[in-house]
Amino acid sequence: MPIEIPKDKWPGSIKAVTIGATAAEGGTRAKSITIGGQNTMPYLQFEKPTPNTPVIAIEIKSRKPEDWSPLLEKPWGEAMADPAEWAKKAEAAGADLLVLALTLEDTPDSAVKTVKAVLAASGLPLVVWGPGQAEKDNELLVPVAEAAKGEKVVLGVCEDKNYRTIVATAMANGHLVEARTPMDVNLAKQLNILISDMGLPMDRIVMDPTTGALGYGIEYGYSVMERLRLAALQGDAMTQLPMMVTPGFEAWKAKESKVGEGVPEAWGDWEARAVNWETLTAMALVESGADVVVLRHPESVKRVKAAIGELMAA
Amino acid sequence: MALSGIQIYKLLPQTNCKECGFPTCLAFAMKLAAKQVELSTCPYVTEESKTQLAESSAPPIRLVALKAGTEVKAGNEVVLFRHEKTFYNKPGIFVRFKASDSGIAAKAAAAHAYSVNYVGMDFVVDGFAIEADGDLGAAVKAVRGATDRPLVLIGDAAAIEPGLQACSGETVLIHAADASNWEAMAALAAKYKAALAVKADTLDGLVDLIEKIKAKGVEDLVLDFDTTQLGKWLAMSTQVRRLAIKQNFRALGYPVFAPAYAAADEGIFAAEAIAKYAGFVVLDKFVPENVYPLLVLRENIYTDPQKPIQVQPGIYEINSPKPEDPVLITTNFSITYFAVANEVEGSGLPAWLVVTDAEGMSVLTAWAAGKFDAERIAKAVKGFDVASKVSKKRVVLPGHVAVLSGELEEELPDWEIRVGPREAVDLPAFMKQALN
Repeated sequence: MPIEIPKDKWPGSIKAVTIGATAAEGGTRAKSITIGGQNTMPYLQFEKPTPNTPVIAIEIKSRKPEDWSPLLEKPWGEAMADPAEWAKKAEAAGADLLVLALTLEDTPDSAVKTVKAVLAASGLPLVVWGPGQAEKDNELLVPVAEAAKGEKVVLGVCEDKNYRTIVATAMANGHLVEARTPMDVNLAKQLNILISDMGLPMDRIVMDPTTGALGYGIEYGYSVMERLRLAALQGDAMTQLPMMVTPGFEAWKAKESKVGEGVPEAWGDWEARAVNWETLTAMALVESGADVVVLRHPESVKRVKAAIGELMAA
Repeated sequence: MALSGIQIYKLLPQTNCKECGFPTCLAFAMKLAAKQVELSTCPYVTEESKTQLAESSAPPIRLVALKAGTEVKAGNEVVLFRHEKTFYNKPGIFVRFKASDSGIAAKAAAAHAYSVNYVGMDFVVDGFAIEADGDLGAAVKAVRGATDRPLVLIGDAAAIEPGLQACSGETVLIHAADASNWEAMAALAAKYKAALAVKADTLDGLVDLIEKIKAKGVEDLVLDFDTTQLGKWLAMSTQVRRLAIKQNFRALGYPVFAPAYAAADEGIFAAEAIAKYAGFVVLDKFVPENVYPLLVLRENIYTDPQKPIQVQPGIYEINSPKPEDPVLITTNFSITYFAVANEVEGSGLPAWLVVTDAEGMSVLTAWAAGKFDAERIAKAVKGFDVASKVSKKRVVLPGHVAVLSGELEEELPDWEIRVGPREAVDLPAFMKQALN
């Protein structure tokens, strides 16, 4: 007697969210990207096909980062000092999406100029992060949102202490927001409620439940993502959003990636280990439900992309 | 299916004799249902009830243990998601050698000697697989000269048997029985009391083979899905786990074998296997920079969510501090420790970090639970003899417990107490601006 394969039937689905707008959609992107839409736990396609392929974003900065590992300077080289060049290189390296991180040194003028240059250099949809200080974020993101009106950019990062200005400018200019909370299901839900209460439609929110790197708390992020996805499938509307996480940022902070000297011999070759650290952090998060993983090294991008392709092909 | 307390109660003597230490048979039944006591505590339970209860309490996924000088166990899992309870038996990580390789003894010795420390724990490679592409008897002897850890032998029955002869007395996993060779492999497993991997690319195919193999008296089985395609492997592994746990479907209730050595990207496949229910993971070769991240991933995924990883309390030196450098206080919750240590280390500023025993809780949680108070902090500062290491008697408290500063002044009268930022990310700026 053939086995009956146990299939879960869920009442809820993740919202499909579209990032970026083509000329036909009111922007200038070469194509837009749709994520989310799932009605199963990650990649269980024997229940239902995964409707949209999770994507890889590459993080670039508005000016050359001082604190990045020299291992990242090898692949990106001179382009790190020129966001437009960097964007082109990232696109060539296989990015589906760009994350442009502004810095504290940016002024509203320089931020707008950089965003415009990146939009002109690459046709990929864009995420723009403020430098991460509430006042500065608002000061930079409002003019950026206005300058990029119609492009359906994702503005970040909204946190519980600072989301109103960013959400308001996203609403006024047709953009999306990234809602970040520190590894907690209820906090994630609460921020989504606060943002949607302002009137931003749910299909313009991407949530970032935060993660830790491999060895530095990844198990918390991993389980919070599984629990968010389960809650969404069970029908909790305020968790039914695609998830974006930053394994690149986290993994390259870890000593295993950052440091090549004075570490245990048992850690092995530095460069291969660093790429493994980022790749495996990302892979675990892909398995637990990430729709966007933000990476830094082109080799990790290649490997995680191939893995997502295999998961989608089943 | 596990029985409820009431169902168990019906199988008990119902005499309330109290000899088990519980006031009533019902109370004992409830404890049994919660798996907090053993049935053998009841002296009067009938043989018939014992059999019935044993069947119902048998784990939905059979425990398979490979034994040599050390032991690797897989199976006995009870949940699909780690947050539901925890994952118990960490998948064994094995490295594969080839019997034809003349350098096999040296390679085995190097892999055996490998040990890597992660937050105070030492990890090693759990065992070794040998592919029978040459004289397996000689290869097993060579490997056995270098390591006493459990073995997996890969090949057909004729090639494997000399290997089994060379390690008698051990429980080896032999790989793999498929539709074409199952009789010979099952006979070998029965003869040498080995565990047997069963390979088929559908669940129906696996069940069919398993029924036939079990009829030959082989019980310790391991499943191989005959694929390393990530999507297909994930689907089959999830289906097997679900069938076992949700439906108590015993025919597929066995640990899963993950042949990472055959995958297009070994690290990626092994990561999926570790997260998604593998029992034995076999890598293509021993490469520290590949093995270390997988050992850490396994530890993270198999950490009991109720018992977070803790850091050893003590005084930690960051960026080679000198006596005049600041003393920072934090708790021994690993994530808290990493957050603080990484920020300070990344800033290049030297500091002494005093990790207080807060029973593995974060600053606020520990404070709320009474595990991170002035007394404990003072005890750490005195116990680790911080005063002998520094010239400036000043400690920096986490901003979240600013409220403790008064009490701490009383506990440490000759120390200056400063309140630092709430978040680790703000520490470098605080150290530059406020501590000079």
